[in-house]
Amino acid sequence: MTTSTTDMAHDDHGYMATGIKRWLFTTNHKDIGTMYLWFAFIMFLTGGSMAMVIRAELFQPGLQIVNPDFFNQLTTVHGLIMVFGAIMPAFTGLANWMIPMMIGAPDMALPRLNNWSFWILPFAFTILLSSFFLGGAPNFGWTFYAPLSTTYSNGSTAFFVFAVHIMGISSIMGAINVIVTIMNLRAPGMTYMKMPLFVWTFFITAYLLIAVMPVLAGVVTMLLTDTYFGTSFFDASGGGDPVMFQHIFWFFGHPEVYIMILPAFGIVSTTIPTFSRKKLFGYSSMVYATSSIAFLSFIVWAHHMFTTGMPLIGELFFMYCTLLIAVPTGVKVFNWMATMWRGSISFEVPMMFSIAFVILFTIGGFSGLMLAMAPVDFQYHDTYFVVAHFHYVLVTGSLFSIYAAAYYWLPKWTGHMFNETLAKAHFWCSLISVNLLFFPMHFLGLAGMPRRIPDYALQFADFNMWVSIGGFAFGLSQLIFLAVVIKCIRGGEKAPAKPWDGAEGLEWTVPSPAPYHTFSTPPKID
Amino acid sequence: MRSRNLSWLLLGVLFSSSTWAESSINLTEGVTGVSHDVYDLHMLVLYICTVIGLVVFGAMFWSMFFHRKSKGHVAATFHESTKVEILWTVIPIFILLAMAIPATNTLIAIENNDNSELTIQITGSQWKWHYSYFDQDLDYFSVLSTPRAQWDNLSGPGEEKGENYLLEVDKPLVIPINRKVRFLITSDDVIHSWWVPAFAVKQDAVPGFINEAWTNVDEPGVYRGQCAELCGKDHGYMPIVVTALPENEFDAWLKEQKVAAIAAAEAEKASLAERMTMEELMTLGESTYVASCAACHQANGAGFPPSFPALKGSPIALGDVSKHIDIVVNGKSGTGMQAFGKQLTLKQLAAVITYERNAWGNNTGDVVQTADVKAATGK
Repeated sequence: MTTSTTDMAHDDHGYMATGIKRWLFTTNHKDIGTMYLWFAFIMFLTGGSMAMVIRAELFQPGLQIVNPDFFNQLTTVHGLIMVFGAIMPAFTGLANWMIPMMIGAPDMALPRLNNWSFWILPFAFTILLSSFFLGGAPNFGWTFYAPLSTTYSNGSTAFFVFAVHIMGISSIMGAINVIVTIMNLRAPGMTYMKMPLFVWTFFITAYLLIAVMPVLAGVVTMLLTDTYFGTSFFDASGGGDPVMFQHIFWFFGHPEVYIMILPAFGIVSTTIPTFSRKKLFGYSSMVYATSSIAFLSFIVWAHHMFTTGMPLIGELFFMYCTLLIAVPTGVKVFNWMATMWRGSISFEVPMMFSIAFVILFTIGGFSGLMLAMAPVDFQYHDTYFVVAHFHYVLVTGSLFSIYAAAYYWLPKWTGHMFNETLAKAHFWCSLISVNLLFFPMHFLGLAGMPRRIPDYALQFADFNMWVSIGGFAFGLSQLIFLAVVIKCIRGGEKAPAKPWDGAEGLEWTVPSPAPYHTFSTPPKID
Repeated sequence: MRSRNLSWLLLGVLFSSSTWAESSINLTEGVTGVSHDVYDLHMLVLYICTVIGLVVFGAMFWSMFFHRKSKGHVAATFHESTKVEILWTVIPIFILLAMAIPATNTLIAIENNDNSELTIQITGSQWKWHYSYFDQDLDYFSVLSTPRAQWDNLSGPGEEKGENYLLEVDKPLVIPINRKVRFLITSDDVIHSWWVPAFAVKQDAVPGFINEAWTNVDEPGVYRGQCAELCGKDHGYMPIVVTALPENEFDAWLKEQKVAAIAAAEAEKASLAERMTMEELMTLGESTYVASCAACHQANGAGFPPSFPALKGSPIALGDVSKHIDIVVNGKSGTGMQAFGKQLTLKQLAAVITYERNAWGNNTGDVVQTADVKAATGK
């Protein structure tokens, strides 16, 4: 491994194209990571502004702003953008930036593939978003259940399918790159069980992506041929089965949920030990727990489908497997708790987001446990309780972990410390508003409000108003983050190589900002 | 100054809204044995989660207060303990077992569809429910009855919203109490989901497949629910209302329905001989159109193409009358166009077809009579 990497120090070392060409043709993992992160943030604001319109419509009962069909387009595209455009690319951006630096590699193993997997993404989202102006965007929910998305589609199915195909190709290439990099470019002496947990979680996530993205590609292709070429995969009148669609979709969809949360586990397993000044508790049990969750994620998919008329034995199997996920997930939460226990804790902004992550993600986990109980799921299914559940897991879970990561490594990326007052304002505004936004959704769901409706009965009016106010406040709070980042790029206190005294890892052994090329000669790990 | 006005307005809206209806924050206990079991399970898991949450978050906050650097706390060096790690893997397994056992029992009860005394087929279609009582010769559609003027506020505040806003229908499903009622649930187009929280029954209506569910209601009353699976544009506008009657009242109601059905059949026969004027047809046609067609094709006939084509200037509304009658009566398979032959009377069909051929500048001058519809379709 060492001999091949040392020879790769080329003569064009240190060369950097300028202007737009630098970004278009770059094969540098740091540039590509930066582009992923900016792209994710732009998509986050795009999907977020759709959520603002949704919340404005739901501010009061009655239809005030948008018609029901456009409302469905907004909820659908909001979901698609946040999943495929914001959370996943943000994690890929972090992987790009940090994995080579954490394992002492000069770059990702497949740099040209890396460039391509980023640059096809803007095209995917251009196709998806252009459908708004070309006869209507997808309006069948981000889960695109057939036959609503086939026979009864508004003509947006082709846009949707091709956009998803491109996103899928991008994800698969990114995942291949992560796996190849981790397997081949680790610094000498860095065995698998010495890798930072961050690297482990991305490693496992990459396998999940490779396993399920082709399933997604398959199901959208079947959707395409059902809609335009007369096949009947999901059409009962032609011998197909609409429920089979859901089985295939959720076989992708459930591991997808873990694709969006395992990297978050890796992030907080990095930040919490740093600011507790204590080693991560139970490193190896963390690795095993992550692997168990990844394995279990393949055998629980039908818990999304308890009401579709599954036989009793199926319901029991999927209920038991789903309940089992609580065990490794619990191990993780307990380990973070034990890491903090008797540490020497300080509350820098990345730590604040990490602690908020652990508590709020656990609340999302509790509602997940409740949803796993099949008989009670008959009441929760497709209500705002589910909406509350997955927003706790994805917003206060995944998104908060991404913020923790961004604040943690911003000094390394930019060479400047960020403005702590502004960053704390971002944290507190987000924390308060996000709970005002999502917590009452539990009540709404329990009281019987279905999800994906543009208008509602009067007993839901009070909470919806609070939720909307929380939503607007949360949306605005995210602009503070933009301000922090821009300020931090333009200047600020000079960051030392290791700005956090409790931090460990190879990325802190290089100067801040990290030079364009790092670890051309691999470091030695004992 | 302006911001102060805005906040007063906001406060005003908040307080006025709280007078509309009671908000509830927990799951309903419902009115069936199953719904009580489900509620108990829900509370059990909620309590378990609360206790675990208190312990875990308690420990975290303890360390956040007492193990902080600013208080001079020095970090310990431990980073693993096999004993503790085995403990917090095994204890959760027992907690899960305590949850899984009652859940399994309830699930087995929910899935036992045997020995029902009454069977009702429920068919969802965009965006209404159809109820058909087995062996009783009784079936009817159930449609949202909240007037459009209450919910469509896009061009103005509209009418004041009623007490059961969006949760009221023209003809509720009627079932007896203390009898096991079995539902056979299916769909004519996309997937819907029939949900009444008070019964803890939620079952998807899947086109081409029949799902079973059942209930046995303890108390008479009116129970409301909604479609729970995204089914297109008006998913939010297909409520479910169930009236549960004492056994004897239910039997009386069934008899009444049979008498009414005979009367309706006779009226249908009589209408065949009737010759209606253009004005009569247009008036009845317009009200029928608004009730049954405007959700998709819009009140102004413009539709929402491509899913729901415009009728204004459409080749069907301007072309051959018999083709027009055929598509309205029999629907068009593979599209959202339903077969209205079984939803409307002959008179309404004749009127609505006449209306579509003469409204919004579709001035064909064609008059379609009840007998024409009968002749064209053999209905």
